[in-house]
Amino acid sequence: MKIIANADYVKRKKKSRLSQVFMCAPLTVWVVALILLPLLYLLFMSFMTKGPMGTVKYIFSVESYIRILEPEYFNVVKKSVFIAAISTLACVLVGYPMAYFIASKKKISGTLMLMMMLPFWTCALVTIYSFVIMFSNSGLVNTFLMKLGIIHEPISLLYNNFSVAVGMVYELLPFAVMPMYSSIEKMDKSLIEASKDLGAGPVRTFLQVTLPLTKPGIFAAVILTFIPCIGYYMITDMLGGGTTMLIGNVIYNQFTSARDWPFGAALSCILAAVILILMYVYTKFGGDLDDLGA
Amino acid sequence: MSRKVKKKFANTIFNLYGILVYAFLYIPVIVMVAFSFNDSVNNTVWKGFTTEWYGKLMRDGEIWEVLGTTVLIAVFSTVVAVVLGTVGAVGMSRVKFPGKKIISTLLYVPIIIPEIVLAVATLLVIKKAGMGLGMLAMTLGNVTLILPYVFITVKSRLAGMDTSIEEASLDLGANRLYTFLHVTLPNIMPGVVSGGFMAFTLAFGDLVIVSFLANATSVTLPMKVYSQLKRGIRPEINALSTVILICFLVIIGSYKLAGIILEASRKKKLEEEIEREKEKDSKPGMA
Repeated sequence: MKIIANADYVKRKKKSRLSQVFMCAPLTVWVVALILLPLLYLLFMSFMTKGPMGTVKYIFSVESYIRILEPEYFNVVKKSVFIAAISTLACVLVGYPMAYFIASKKKISGTLMLMMMLPFWTCALVTIYSFVIMFSNSGLVNTFLMKLGIIHEPISLLYNNFSVAVGMVYELLPFAVMPMYSSIEKMDKSLIEASKDLGAGPVRTFLQVTLPLTKPGIFAAVILTFIPCIGYYMITDMLGGGTTMLIGNVIYNQFTSARDWPFGAALSCILAAVILILMYVYTKFGGDLDDLGA
Repeated sequence: MSRKVKKKFANTIFNLYGILVYAFLYIPVIVMVAFSFNDSVNNTVWKGFTTEWYGKLMRDGEIWEVLGTTVLIAVFSTVVAVVLGTVGAVGMSRVKFPGKKIISTLLYVPIIIPEIVLAVATLLVIKKAGMGLGMLAMTLGNVTLILPYVFITVKSRLAGMDTSIEEASLDLGANRLYTFLHVTLPNIMPGVVSGGFMAFTLAFGDLVIVSFLANATSVTLPMKVYSQLKRGIRPEINALSTVILICFLVIIGSYKLAGIILEASRKKKLEEEIEREKEKDSKPGMA
């Protein structure tokens, strides 16, 4: 009797092992084949040599990496980082009070958060294009400011760093608000009460209690806005008017018109390396990777 | 100023700020909708009201074909990502195997590296594997992009779930599949739905991944719009974007409404049950 029960147990254990494999294998295979392998191959490609007519010669070289240091490209890198930094700063400064506002409306905060996603429920490029309409010399903003008498002739709002940054903020603000909202919501509210009871004013409470407690959310917001900013070539294309080139645009060109795969791969690798360092700092800061996706 | 007045003042400022930010987000959308009714081909100055573009949109076969391709890729990618992500998240939370930590960390990569890097890497591997570009390649790339969002939302839902009910189901003789479908899945459903919705939104709007992996015949809506930018977007595209917005709003609205109705009916049932229990309890007392 006991032996039969044991055999049954072993059979069941074996079956459950099979179902475990069945549950984990597809995801594991996908991750290896379409995330790990592509990135390793990208790294490999960045050390190859460009052949004639857009082909690749499989000879080791660091030429592509040296080319990045040429002033032409190095300036692009500098400019990309500059615009991404400004856009990120703007996203956090605008987004933090917004996250606080949404978290304070407890009953409807879920709906308010969902409402922030509305611009994504259409063709996002068309809404970005609305800025071209609004910012043009005869557009809404200039007309409005002239009617009010604040300016007497149209100011140029379009095709400069300002318009690119506005476009980036527009596209990325919800992604900045999300993690900050979730860290504000998770915060223990009694600590604020305690700070107030102990005599600290609202400014001091904010700086010494709220801000440190929501630091992981802020850092997550920085990552979630800074990273896409560097790669969003379409926004610079639309609102930068071809005069503003970012790393994203250069990479895009290497795979379309210039057909220099190793150089495009090298630029991508540099980009990925910068991000991975940022991520390392983020987790060292006590940041939770899950906050980036929720 | 008393503390109460101060607080009220601060609250008003806060509300105003919220409205201002929503205005910033919504004004471009309103402009987009407004210009779909603009009586002018070049999409920059307001000339007058017309519904001409909606008529033209209805007759434009090419645009519908493009929309069809976009929806097909987005739906298919979402389905694959939801199945893969949900089953995987449950598996990863219940099973230990060597290298698990690496796999789950790698899953965050598509979120943290710029989309363009992922696009380039996927393109290189697909070319290397000898696979052709087109719808299948675009779907593969899209799934990789959106998979982490499903995985993370399901994972966080699982973290808040009581695992003992799963064990109870297994102890009572149900197999893994039955337990997954009838115990685990209903519990994590809200996470699956919100992750899937986020995934669909991203897949539908994606430009970077698909434009690297497309061939000449597979054009999606964002790609089509992007190609028109140099000459200015045509009003039909504004009309189509408006139609898409309305579709999204209807779907979300009905989902929310269904949730409210379901919740209300569940509450009613529960109240009735409590009522019945009470009656049962009070009967012996009466006798």
